Amino acid sequence: MKYIDEFRDGDLAQKIAARIIREVRPERHYSFMEFCGGHTHAIARYGISDLLPDNVRMIHGPGCPVCVLPIGRIDHALTLALERNVIVCTYGDTMRVPASSGMSLTKAKARGGDIRMVYSALDALRIAQQNMEREVVFFAIGFETTTPPTALVIRQARQLELSNFSVLCCHVLTPSAITHILESPEVRDYGSVPIDGFIGPAHVSIVIGSGPYVHFAEEYRKPVVIAGFEPLDVMQSIWMLIRQVNQGRCEVENEFVRAVSFDGNLTAQALVSEVFELRPTFEWRGLGEVPYSALRIRPAFARFDAERRYDLAYRPVPDNKACECGAILRGVKKPLDCKIFGTVCTPENPMGSCMVSSEGACAAHYSYGRFKDIAVVAA
Amino acid sequence: MNEDKDVEKDVKKGIKKGYARALDFKHGVIDMGHGAGGRASAQLIEELFITAFDNEWLNQRNDQASFVALPGRMVMATDGHVVSPLFFPGGDIGCLSVHGTINDVAMSGARPLYLAASFIIEEGFPLFDLKRIVESMAHAARGAGVAIITGDTKVVERGKGDGVFITTTGIGVLPPGIHIDGAGARPGDVILVSGTIGDHGVAIMSKREALDFETEILSDTAALHTLVAQMLAAVSGVHVLRDPTRGGLATALNEIAQQSSVGMVLDEASIPVAPQVDAACEFLGLDPLYVANEGKLIAICALEDAELLLGAMRSHPLGRRAARIGAVAEDPHHFVQMRTRFGGRRIVDWLSGEQLPRIC
Repeated sequence: MKYIDEFRDGDLAQKIAARIIREVRPERHYSFMEFCGGHTHAIARYGISDLLPDNVRMIHGPGCPVCVLPIGRIDHALTLALERNVIVCTYGDTMRVPASSGMSLTKAKARGGDIRMVYSALDALRIAQQNMEREVVFFAIGFETTTPPTALVIRQARQLELSNFSVLCCHVLTPSAITHILESPEVRDYGSVPIDGFIGPAHVSIVIGSGPYVHFAEEYRKPVVIAGFEPLDVMQSIWMLIRQVNQGRCEVENEFVRAVSFDGNLTAQALVSEVFELRPTFEWRGLGEVPYSALRIRPAFARFDAERRYDLAYRPVPDNKACECGAILRGVKKPLDCKIFGTVCTPENPMGSCMVSSEGACAAHYSYGRFKDIAVVAA
Repeated sequence: MNEDKDVEKDVKKGIKKGYARALDFKHGVIDMGHGAGGRASAQLIEELFITAFDNEWLNQRNDQASFVALPGRMVMATDGHVVSPLFFPGGDIGCLSVHGTINDVAMSGARPLYLAASFIIEEGFPLFDLKRIVESMAHAARGAGVAIITGDTKVVERGKGDGVFITTTGIGVLPPGIHIDGAGARPGDVILVSGTIGDHGVAIMSKREALDFETEILSDTAALHTLVAQMLAAVSGVHVLRDPTRGGLATALNEIAQQSSVGMVLDEASIPVAPQVDAACEFLGLDPLYVANEGKLIAICALEDAELLLGAMRSHPLGRRAARIGAVAEDPHHFVQMRTRFGGRRIVDWLSGEQLPRIC
């Protein structure tokens, strides 16, 4: 595939790996957090950690929009589908997220809920137009990448004067989640989680630009390298982070120059701020309440806000007590430190957020990397 | 003998006389009467199924078919077909239901002989489409040298089916000396695949309502028994054969690893994937290793037989792009591992639930 294979070239990967080995100082350890699930997925799928020296550790961050979706929000969607006879449309990997009392959207569908998987917010709008006698709700999740399309369909719904369409908005924000991690006592006070730098988001940064990360680099003295989702992007950005650490720099560098600019996509940003406003607080699965970390629909578009339309009151539901997702998402623990990893909690039957999507730290490790935990035959 | 034929002709005439009008295959639809066992059912069987499948067993018009059993071990397999959409690039549910069961029989090394077909049709289903499907089955069966010798038709109320479901059951006979078994993979064996993977699944997905993207990819649906026969003629000691249908290559290999209590190590770069399939999977957020195939097989054999077997596969039209993709290894955990094209390693795990597209 043109423009894709070039970024998956194994020979080039070996060259960057050799450059990383030359750059690392053998006496020290390097821990970097890749914030995005997309990077976690790339690291696992291409086996990138095999190409890294032992003293470079990647910590999988909370940037999987499916994983951080709290149970209470999925319960809202379930209520709409099962009790209010609403057609609920959502992105594919939201279907399996476990909600309370053993339910999920997949299971609700089997029980008669009209739940449809869509590839785009526009498909949800089309379903509303085709089913004027039914109420249609788009269960909107995701970081800044998926927010502009949601804003667009809300605006379109207003232009079309659609009376049967609304959005259950669960869009969350990247910078506030990074702040939350950096402010956690383990990182900030005790230093028990040494995060030496961040691989910055790929698609999110196309929208918000590289500007918002300058604050982290300066305030928290952490280097940030924005990287694309292809495996060579990840390798190159790791090398760039090691170099910053070695040279004592804490800057925002942009590896993903083919897509990310300093300002980002200003049109998309304007659209988002026209339709959405900040929520004072929002619960993240695994992290708890995070201030100013999510968006809600502005009053001007109130009739397209499913929370208002159906008078949905938020009720937080705690995760399984044994679940260590919170600690894993902050880098305090690894998947293997969790008692229920791979036993009670598996991709077939996820208990916690990190096992939900293949981008989650636990699911990625379970599906792609767990053979590395046990001695097996050499490949 | 002649007398018998005359009687048969009379009977045929007699049945036809009873009907005022032939089935309208242009505008007609299936109604509940077609499944009620009365005249309408008989007419459908006569004018559609018997006409299309046309063989000596079916022409006897009994509720069952009797045939002479051949010496040796018999092999039997059944498969329900529920594909949506019913017509897709490269095929339809009709030929798929024939190929699917022939392949299940053939993966034992057996020569498929006869098929039974059971139809569950939704009220309101266009006769035009049903005819296309049945003719496609007839064509596929004839092409494969297999006869559809008995069958059944039921009609369910509108909304209680998805157009048409077809279950086929196949029976075949195993030549002596063939011992193919999912538990037969041994450490050191070589894993071969007969061609590009993921074609069927992508062809189907390209026509799903919500997606509908343009692609030149056709389903690979095909009957594999002649390929199998050619392979076994070259190497009689093939250890395992399996067609990686639902769940794709990854799932089939995990099944074999489990059954044989072994591990596997694949080489990603050697797994054949058509560029269009690769591209479609890329933008759909899917992994071709988990996408369905309907005309491909996995073969596992001893290292010393591998080149000969690969040659036999490549000399058959359905195995032209056959490739050696990995090896069987000793591993108490029965992991299927893969050396990635990128130079790392990962597990190729069982598919969890349905393969769902990723959001990012």
